[in-house]
Parts: sequence; C-alpha cells; structure tokens
Amino acid sequence: MDKKFLDRHISHSFDNEIETIITQILEMGNIVEQQIVDSVKAIISTNKELAQKVVQVEDDVDMREVRLDELCTEVLACRQPAAFDLRMVLSATRIIRDLERIGDEAQKVAKMAIRLEKKGAAPAGYEEVAHMGGLVQSMLSSALSAFSQLDVTLALDVAKADKKVDRELKSAMRTIVNYMIDEPKSIKRAMNILSALRSLERMGNHSRNIAEHVIYLVKGLDVRHSSIKEIASKLAE
Amino acid sequence: MKQVQKENDPQISQDVSNLETVGNIFSDNAKMSMRNVNVFYGEKQAIHDVSLDIGKNEVVAMIGPSGCGKSTFLRCMNRMNDTIDTCRIEGDFKLEASDIYHPKQDVVALRARVGIVFQKPNPFPKSIYDNVAYGPKVHGLVNNKTDLDEIVEVSLRKAGLWEEVKDRLTAPGTGLSGGQQQRLCIARTIAVGPEVILMDEPCSALDPIATAKIEELMAELSQNFTIAIVTHSMQQAARVSDRTAYFHMGKLIEVNDTKRVFTNPEHELTEAYITGRFG
Repeated sequence: MDKKFLDRHISHSFDNEIETIITQILEMGNIVEQQIVDSVKAIISTNKELAQKVVQVEDDVDMREVRLDELCTEVLACRQPAAFDLRMVLSATRIIRDLERIGDEAQKVAKMAIRLEKKGAAPAGYEEVAHMGGLVQSMLSSALSAFSQLDVTLALDVAKADKKVDRELKSAMRTIVNYMIDEPKSIKRAMNILSALRSLERMGNHSRNIAEHVIYLVKGLDVRHSSIKEIASKLAE
Repeated sequence: MKQVQKENDPQISQDVSNLETVGNIFSDNAKMSMRNVNVFYGEKQAIHDVSLDIGKNEVVAMIGPSGCGKSTFLRCMNRMNDTIDTCRIEGDFKLEASDIYHPKQDVVALRARVGIVFQKPNPFPKSIYDNVAYGPKVHGLVNNKTDLDEIVEVSLRKAGLWEEVKDRLTAPGTGLSGGQQQRLCIARTIAVGPEVILMDEPCSALDPIATAKIEELMAELSQNFTIAIVTHSMQQAARVSDRTAYFHMGKLIEVNDTKRVFTNPEHELTEAYITGRFG
C-alpha cells in the first residue's frame, strides 16, 4: 500500500486501525483466492477431501467478513473519516462483501465437486473449468494487488479481463450443451459443470467489482455500471 | 426501529435521578473508585448517586450536555471543589486503597498524585523551564539541578514539546502558541509524577491541529498514566477514550466501552445525545 496516503495522521492509532483493515482484507483475499484454486482443482481431479476443505474454510471467510465489517463500523463511528480515509473505509466494506461472495461461489463449486464424485464424472467441460478458474484466480489476484498498490491501471485490466471471462462462459456453455444433446443421460452431471462455470463467471464479476472499488478509492470516481470504454475515459480525464 | 427522542420530548426533561446506570461502572483494575457520589451546590443537587471506576492506564471520557455534572464530578476527583464554600460532597472517592476525602488527607499531595489540566492553558508567568520545574521543587522531589534538568526534559518529552522548545527553555511560557501552552501545562502536571491525569475540556480552546496533537499525546500518556477527560466534543471522546460515561442532569446514565457507546448505545438518552437529538 502506498504509504503517502496512509501513515500521515497525527494520530498513530488511526494509522494503525487503517493498516489493520488493509492487512486483514489482503489476508482474507489470499484465503479466498486459495478457495478458488482448491475448488477448481477439486472439481477437475474429483478430489472430495479438497472440496470439503473449501467448504470448511468458508466459515473462516464469513467470520473475517463480520470482524472486518465491525472494524470499519468502529472507524466510521469513532474517527469520522474524511476524503481518502472515508473512501478507504467505504471501499473496504464493499471489497469485504465481494470477497465473501467469491468465497460463497467457490463453496458452490466445491459442492459440485462432491456431487460429481458421488454421481460420476461429467461428459465434458473440465478443460473449460480449469481455464476459467485460472482466469478468475488471476483477476482476483490482480484486483488485490491493485488494492494494495492503489494501482488504477491494474484495476482497469481486471475490468477488461471480466469481459474475457464472460466470452469464455458463453463458449463453454455452447460446448457443454452440445454434449448434453449428444448424451442426454449425462445431462444431470453436465449441469453440475455448468453451474460451476456460472459460479466462476460470478467470481469474475465480483473481482471486477473489487477493481471498481479500487478506482473509487484512489480517484474518487464511481465507475460502477460503466463500460470499459467509459471507465478508461474517466481515468484519462 | 427504536424511537429516538426529540428535544421537546418530556422524557428528556423528566427527573432522571432515580434511573439506574446502564453498562458497566466497574473496572477489573480500578485506579480510582467512586461510589454513591452526591454533590450539592447549596440546595441544588448537581450529582445524583453516581458510581464509577476508572481503570489503571485507562482513558475514560465523560460526556453530556452543559450542566449535566460531568465537570463537577471530575473536579471532585482531586478535590478541586473544596474551594467552593457552598459545595457539599457525599460518597466515597478512593485512589487505590486511600480515601481521598479522609480528614487527614493532604490535599496538595493528593493533587500531585491526581493532576489536572484545564480548559484554558494557564502557564505561570515564568520561563518554560520554570513552569515545569516549579512542581518538583515545591514537592521536594529533587535534590540538585541535574535531577531537576532531567525531570524537565523528560516531562517535556512526554508532553511532546521538547523538540519545539529545547533551544528556548528560558523564554516565557506565555509566549508559546495555545496548543504548545496546553502541552506545557501537561508537562507541568507530569513533572510531579502523577498517577492520574484529569482533563477538563483540554482542547476546547485549541485549533484542530493542536487538538489532534493533544489527542495523540493522550494515547501515549495512557501507557503510563490513568486519564479521565471531560469533553464537549463527542467525536473527541470517540477518538481518545477506552470507555465513555454519559451524564445527564447530574446522573450517570450509561458507561460502556467507547466503541459500544458510539455504535450501539444501551440507553436511549445516550443515543439521543450522541446523534444530536438534543444537547
């Protein structure tokens, strides 16, 4: 995190509170990123133990969300932050929510893995899951880096990558639907893979949200509901 | 949703003297303990049956509307009200095990243990050095100039003023800025080695930067001292204190962890006050 914004308060305890929020968000982000990796790995390799680990970790993620929310509320109530500090706390509460939802989606993917382990492998879609999983993990990783380095260029890259994930989903859906037509008996199992792909796509959306919160934090620009072109143009102004 | 009271709500002006204090008046490690305190100015009762612990190394803020009794209560804690003829005080005030209102209690010695910083900086018309050195000399805390120099430097350092004044210790204290004067008064208080520092609206005469410096100083001082502060600024109470006590018409309405008070107060009168519904 760029120190020029953060450690200049006369009150050192205020600095510490902000630093704690940032550190804990990055820790939570790392856990959620690992959830993505593990849930994708669990579904590809039909690894029930790994899938169960992802489900269990979700409790920790939920607890971190509640604790961080509490910290942000206390800073709002006791410090009355303004300007960059205010945007930091507001962005923090939004980032936490998106991270928690990515965790929820990873949990869903892990549950699909457990189901597939019981019912047998799906006819297709594993490559697509692996590919989209890699893209989404990279998006989240970049979004967290953009947050820690206050880097709006990187945040814009994350928003662009979300478009790619959307295209990948459409393409993967076409492939899987074709398999479903050819092998109607495998429809139930294929639906699990489809659900996993949809979850990955949502993780991409949440990662993009995080990137947008970073842009709000650094530039004070609200770029929600804006196209990539509009965001790029606002940043160039 | 809980109904928040309005200024003209009869409940706000009702007699609160029989209300029970909500929250937790106790501290596991009390430095000062006040019990069943009643204070009268002539016929008028200013404090109604207030009990409160101030924990060791804790910062306790006392807030409330004007005339709620918070300053009266604070000033009773080092017997500053003794000089007011019409003032009558009932109840127990303990500094650790000692009864501070015991007839044999030396008030001067008490005030060395429980120092006070006032609203308006009040340096003596002496040099910066002498302002700090005065207390240790009067209380006989030093035998020689070297020791006195050390106390002056340490006190000014603890008050965050040393770097700003070390090259002009002989200059008059009254020549400093308001914020510096207040830190000088804090250094003067620290110089006699108090255990408790009382602060009666210490920043109300200061600009925001000087206020922020004093607040930061409080955070540092709380590592070595116990602090009770009266403030008109709810935001200041929120920033500096560990626990907050809300007074209303002479009654301690609520005392709770500061974070609790400012995010989810237990009593509706506290909520009405901190959300600006009256005051």
